[in-house]
Amino acid sequence: MTSQAMSGFWSAWITIITLGVIAFCWWLLYANRKTDKAPSADGTVETTGHAADGIEEYDNPLPRWWFIMFVITIVFGLVYLALYPGLGNFKGLLGWTSQGQWEDEMARAEEEFAPIFQEFAQFSVEELAQNSDAMRVADRLYQNNCAVCHGSSATGGYGFPDLTNNDWMYGGNPEHIRSSIIWGRSGNMVAYQNILGTQGIDQMTHYVLSLSGLDHDADKAAAAEPQYMAQCVACHGNDGRGSAAQGLYDIGAPNLTNNVWLYQQPGQSVYDSVAQTLRHGRNGHMPAQAGYLDYGVELPSDLRSKSQEELAELLPKVHLVTAYIYSLNQ
Amino acid sequence: MSTAIEHPTYNYKVVRQFAIMTVVWGIVGMLVGVWIAAQLAWPALNFDLPWTSFGRLRPLHTNAVIFAFGGSALFATSYYVVQRTCQARLISDGLAAFTFWGWQLVIVLAAITLPLGLTQGKEYAELIWPITILIAVVWVVYAFVFLGTIYKRKTSHIYVANWFFAAFILTVAVLHIVNSMAIPTSWTHSYSIYSGATDAMVQWWYGHNAVGFFLTAGFLGMMYYFVPKQAERPVYSYRLSIVHFWALICVYMWAGPHHLHYTALPDWAQSLGMVMSLILLAPSWGGMINGMMTLSGAWHKLRTDPILRFLVVSLSFYGMSTFEGPMMSIKTVNALSHYTDWTIGHVHAGALGWVAMITIGCIYHVIPKVFDKPQMHSIGLINVHFWLSTVGTVLYIASMWVNGIMQGLMWRAVNADGTLMYTFIESVEASYPGYVVRLLGGALWLVGMLLMAYNVYMTVKSDASEKKAAAQAA
Repeated sequence: MTSQAMSGFWSAWITIITLGVIAFCWWLLYANRKTDKAPSADGTVETTGHAADGIEEYDNPLPRWWFIMFVITIVFGLVYLALYPGLGNFKGLLGWTSQGQWEDEMARAEEEFAPIFQEFAQFSVEELAQNSDAMRVADRLYQNNCAVCHGSSATGGYGFPDLTNNDWMYGGNPEHIRSSIIWGRSGNMVAYQNILGTQGIDQMTHYVLSLSGLDHDADKAAAAEPQYMAQCVACHGNDGRGSAAQGLYDIGAPNLTNNVWLYQQPGQSVYDSVAQTLRHGRNGHMPAQAGYLDYGVELPSDLRSKSQEELAELLPKVHLVTAYIYSLNQ
Repeated sequence: MSTAIEHPTYNYKVVRQFAIMTVVWGIVGMLVGVWIAAQLAWPALNFDLPWTSFGRLRPLHTNAVIFAFGGSALFATSYYVVQRTCQARLISDGLAAFTFWGWQLVIVLAAITLPLGLTQGKEYAELIWPITILIAVVWVVYAFVFLGTIYKRKTSHIYVANWFFAAFILTVAVLHIVNSMAIPTSWTHSYSIYSGATDAMVQWWYGHNAVGFFLTAGFLGMMYYFVPKQAERPVYSYRLSIVHFWALICVYMWAGPHHLHYTALPDWAQSLGMVMSLILLAPSWGGMINGMMTLSGAWHKLRTDPILRFLVVSLSFYGMSTFEGPMMSIKTVNALSHYTDWTIGHVHAGALGWVAMITIGCIYHVIPKVFDKPQMHSIGLINVHFWLSTVGTVLYIASMWVNGIMQGLMWRAVNADGTLMYTFIESVEASYPGYVVRLLGGALWLVGMLLMAYNVYMTVKSDASEKKAAAQAA
């Protein structure tokens, strides 16, 4: 990479001060390897002759083993700097780079493991969902890539959809699930505080509660119905069953009739949760996963026009996870 | 502090102040440490409050133990040692008092701002820019007081302890000022003038030298005075002290990149960091050898003198952690150890085993001297404190070794199909027993510090006086 190249001046600067510091250590060590005063016949050593607050200092020589250890580390350092990059732009005799090591390891892994996933890619999502070997591998992929949001049992949490309840904001057939995984999803609802007003929010909340058959104030709900038909129906539908029920799979407006509340915080009432959503809107986001699950695969520009079989072959790990999510609802 | 205990020549007042605050901040810092250790085992202990969450208390813990506890100890001992070894009073009592009150103000401001979430986001340099400026001012005054006192010394030689203190003071000034360079956007927020990999490199050049100079060179300065003093033996080798001093200060400067192995830092910088970290082994051990060998001919004193035990065991932990450090800087070892609890264990081998134990030994030596008492109130309690600290350190280090190596192995384990064998959360669950043992080790430390506070209080409050004792003996 060109950005890593440095000018000859800086390369020389690094080389000179690095070798200079090592040479200084070497000189320091050799200049002090002998003491001025030899030990007397009985092995006692004199002190330097000066004292600080009563503390004297012996003039003992450097311990031999310590001296040798110091020399060994210096020699090791010089050999290492000859073999590996270190002295400025000098690449080292082995030609090693961390990027090269990583690419080698990835290539080896690809060679060893790619055939396993290519084999699974030959089966349809429905078939894989019945295949316990495939689901064991898919479970590991799920646990390491998806569980951080959707939970290790895939039942989701506050703001993260439950993947086991057959409630699909973006559609639940294999094609829809695969799309969600490859490209991610954005679920946006605008804030209605300024449109409905405080009283309108309260009334609309009661209307939404009525759709799921929860306790509500019938008068308030009735008062909100015209507003629902004007403001909400485009996404959530006439009957409140959400966008997917209308065959619109990319909008993600939830079904309001099945008593599933994505944004209900732990300990929060449904009323408070719905009212909060109405007041402030929501901005749900799932990142595109193709680049994580099938790391290193170059995505073609016409990815969206590929057939399901082509996508399975191109992105075999996405394929496995698709089958895994699908299997959770079978 | 009564004037009756005022020393005729030396300024002991500032030493007394810093010595007492060393104990106070030690208790505070370790209490927060024990709390966050408990949070890692039982996360509910963050009480769902932003001010008591781990992310805010952890920098409070590190700042309190390093800069409040360790810093106060360094101020106390360096002011004590420089006066006694130079036979000269501090160059200015007023400026010395300024460093005391200035440093305490920094600590109090840290204790307020960090729980509020005000931070620069640089590890061990979290404090916001107005506080970093205050630190710089206090530090420059500290340098003036210390070096000025050396300048007016009445001895011909500058004693080795003062080389280390001087290197620590000068280098920390450079590190702090360079790393904290930032452009303020408000009174509480700023942007570092560095960016990207450069910012990371400057941060870890600072971060590792905070270890090398604040927590090593400064404390070696303590060691070079208090070990021979307490053992009443000459220093083993003047020549060794020359070689390891110069080698230590010029090689430590290079070790920072080993914190950034396998990152966006260029390969050449990573290699230099590793090579210099390995060469650092011998210079580091030079200090340990010089301290240990000073005891030759005085080993029997360890049986009766728990203060000397603190000093000697601290040197053992110093030797152990300065062996461990170069090993962990080797890239292939680091690939396993990095980001695991092993790093935390390594840091505490140094921080508890070396820094805190030598500090405690030195403070037990200094307190009777500067308060004009014949000795500490209870030698037996010092012994209990010694064993609590030693056992606490061993529990801490061993549990973090086990956790760290286990985490490193779990994270890299793969199945036959190339998928990861364990999820991250499984490694967290597996770490739970280690977290509990670590908490126990930390709690033993805290109990020891409380005993020390009691012992210091009783010593300071006692009627006994060195002068009275001498008069009675005569």
